[in-house]
Amino acid sequence: MITITRTRGPLMDTFLGLDALVLARLQFAFTVAFHFIFPAFSIGLASYLAVLNAMFLFTKDEAYLRLFRFWVKIFAIAFAMGVVSGIVMSYQFGTNWSVFSDRTGPVLGPLMAYEVLTAFFLEAGFLGIMLFGRQKVGPGLHMFATAMVAVGTAISATWILSVNSWMHTPQGYGINDVGQFVPEDWWAIIFNPSFPYRLAHTLTAAYLTTAFIVGGVGAWHLLRGRGDNRGVRTMFSMAMWMIAVTAPLQIVLGHEHGLNTLEHQPVKIMAMEGHFESHDDGVPLVLFGWPDQEAGEMRYGLEIPRVGGLILEQGWNGSLPGLDTVAAEDEPPVALVFWTFRVMVGIGMLMLGVGLWGLWARWRARLYEARWLHRAALLMGPSGLVAVIAGWITTEAGRQPYVVYGAMRTAEAVSPIDAQAVGASLIAFVVIYFCVFGAGVLYILRLMSHAPEVGETGARGEPGPVRTAGVTPQQQIRRSHVGPDRRQET
Amino acid sequence: MTDAISIDLTLTWALLLAFAVYVYVVLDGFDLGLGILYPLFPKKRDRDLMMNTVAPVWDGNETWLVLGGGGLFAAFPLAYAIILPALYPPIIAMLLSLIFRGVAFEFRWRTETRRGEILWDAAFIAGSTLAALSQGIILGALLQGIEVEGRAYAGSWWDWLTPFSLLTGVAVVAGYALLGACWLNLKTEGEIQERARHLAWVFGVATVAGIVAVSVATPFLEAAYFERWLGWPGILYVAPVPVAVAAITFGLARSLATHGRDWVPFVLALALFLLCFIGLGISMWPDVVPGEVTLYEAASPASSQTFMLVGAAVLIPIILAYTAYAYWIFRGKLDPDEGYH
Repeated sequence: MITITRTRGPLMDTFLGLDALVLARLQFAFTVAFHFIFPAFSIGLASYLAVLNAMFLFTKDEAYLRLFRFWVKIFAIAFAMGVVSGIVMSYQFGTNWSVFSDRTGPVLGPLMAYEVLTAFFLEAGFLGIMLFGRQKVGPGLHMFATAMVAVGTAISATWILSVNSWMHTPQGYGINDVGQFVPEDWWAIIFNPSFPYRLAHTLTAAYLTTAFIVGGVGAWHLLRGRGDNRGVRTMFSMAMWMIAVTAPLQIVLGHEHGLNTLEHQPVKIMAMEGHFESHDDGVPLVLFGWPDQEAGEMRYGLEIPRVGGLILEQGWNGSLPGLDTVAAEDEPPVALVFWTFRVMVGIGMLMLGVGLWGLWARWRARLYEARWLHRAALLMGPSGLVAVIAGWITTEAGRQPYVVYGAMRTAEAVSPIDAQAVGASLIAFVVIYFCVFGAGVLYILRLMSHAPEVGETGARGEPGPVRTAGVTPQQQIRRSHVGPDRRQET
Repeated sequence: MTDAISIDLTLTWALLLAFAVYVYVVLDGFDLGLGILYPLFPKKRDRDLMMNTVAPVWDGNETWLVLGGGGLFAAFPLAYAIILPALYPPIIAMLLSLIFRGVAFEFRWRTETRRGEILWDAAFIAGSTLAALSQGIILGALLQGIEVEGRAYAGSWWDWLTPFSLLTGVAVVAGYALLGACWLNLKTEGEIQERARHLAWVFGVATVAGIVAVSVATPFLEAAYFERWLGWPGILYVAPVPVAVAAITFGLARSLATHGRDWVPFVLALALFLLCFIGLGISMWPDVVPGEVTLYEAASPASSQTFMLVGAAVLIPIILAYTAYAYWIFRGKLDPDEGYH
């Protein structure tokens, strides 16, 4: 054997005072939060692109093609960042959570394999055609490819949310003699109790996030005095319609998801609502406060009597057990869950406000002139991203101290690796993610800052001669064919 | 009866995963190979062209890596749980390198300064080369053996680093560069094709040297490997592999020397990789963690493997069909002047 044998020496248990478990959790939280920003945007954007493409084919209105080409460049960057940060996730289960992988692999592995087979290949296979192939395959097949990419993103979300939901509400499994979760009923595993709610809530969140980004970009151009650009007007109008429909829908879905959580993970609801004490005659709604988990009480709590019970559909005299009924070692980190939940709900309410405001402005025929609405839409542009990250922290931290709720603790799941290794990789991830994805976000912002013009180029110098062709040649843009309705333009 | 079915399933999954990893290695192999060759093509025009030959397909190529990882997790969770922590640093290095490589495809066209272009070209080069090196090291580190206790890795976080794993790392870099050069030979014409063909020679020699060195070293890693490759009568069964490697090498050299059809060197390079794969299979079978865990011990229950196999049997042919279609759409030589009319 050529292996150089090394003895372990004094065990490297900590890195900067943190043990391997804490470091692995930090690394997972950081990489998954960063990763999810991109799919949260690209799931919605893929569907938006499919709609734009279809609208162009259907109406032959050049504004839709222009918008398609404007957003497809942004999509290409966001999607690439989603892909590369996603591959990290698919390997991190093994590198940092090997005990989890060994034990849940028989149940969760096949679901993830299905995600790859039904979604990732579909997206990747048709992405090239969507980005570069319009002239090569013709408008019909190009439309098909665009639709396949959009469908792929939704299928991907479906599988991975089934996986995640099973970790919250596991069922349909047995435990074998080496401690692995083994599948007994695939239908029960996939359609576990929280899955439909989480899927609906997350997909809607993605559409809402994208609508706010599109609306924010439209608002920015309107504020810059580009209200006569039909591309700008169209994107702002479409976004405001989308927000008006999905913002209230999302609040209903979120509420239903919460009731489902109350049924299956009541402890998470106790933390979200900040109920340290049990209530047996009317449950108050804690608006704000400072959760003190050590003392087991809500400091400076601002409460509305009985409303909490009404929201949770327990009735005026309803009852709800509090965290005082839960052993300390089974409690999630209350302050984190409590506050991230409030951030998400607060943003959701503001979103509803923007949606109503947009309807009102449209009704008054001032959608493109209402500057305060534009300012609000611009400010709210990235709000969807903040809300989804906050919501994910709520639900994931709310599942703690379990990784598979009620069945496997997070502390049992971690790999037997040196804290040094995890610490070093955590630092590498933080530095590289901020540099690389920071640059990507900068490029996206730069693309957003140019208004979508007549003869907008596609991902690589479209429109132009066939093929994938080098950088966007400026002279070609100017001479490129002009949309059919140029005379309507300024 | 149940046993017979589960043995078939496990073997089927082993073959399917081997197929996924092989497809990944050759497809992303030529993408990564282009990145490795990038420093040898300093002209911007050449670099733009090189990147455009893979821009529509690289993402699909990389997806096979996710299938390899996800498939291992699903079909052989114990192996996934032992191998990934054991190879922690090279796997993290590979993932980070793939980030640089992957974003460079997009960012390179979006930077508006010369400095930005130099930066993302450098990211593409470093990302591709280090990803290839990491993958080679992962291969070597797995082949040389991993310390296992119970159901977990029991070594330290530097066990993977040995002269052997470095050798396999360098060999894979050379092999990917060969694939990249053969791909360029297929997709370009004129001066750049001439250069590609020359580089295919250089890296062909390096690849074959790497294969020979790894093959000579491997039997001495483990007694089981020695017995399988050099023991009697095993040597009779395995001898066709090196003989075929020699024949393919001869064919590749001949094709490059005689300026045969442009697809021939690429196909022969794929065949060379396939033979290496078969050789690996011969060394490792029936283990998934050499000397420690067999495929059967690591296998997930029959219910998991069956559930996935139903889908895989339907979906993999469909995936191959639309992937082939995407390649077909972007077939043929790329003209460097297109886009500049």
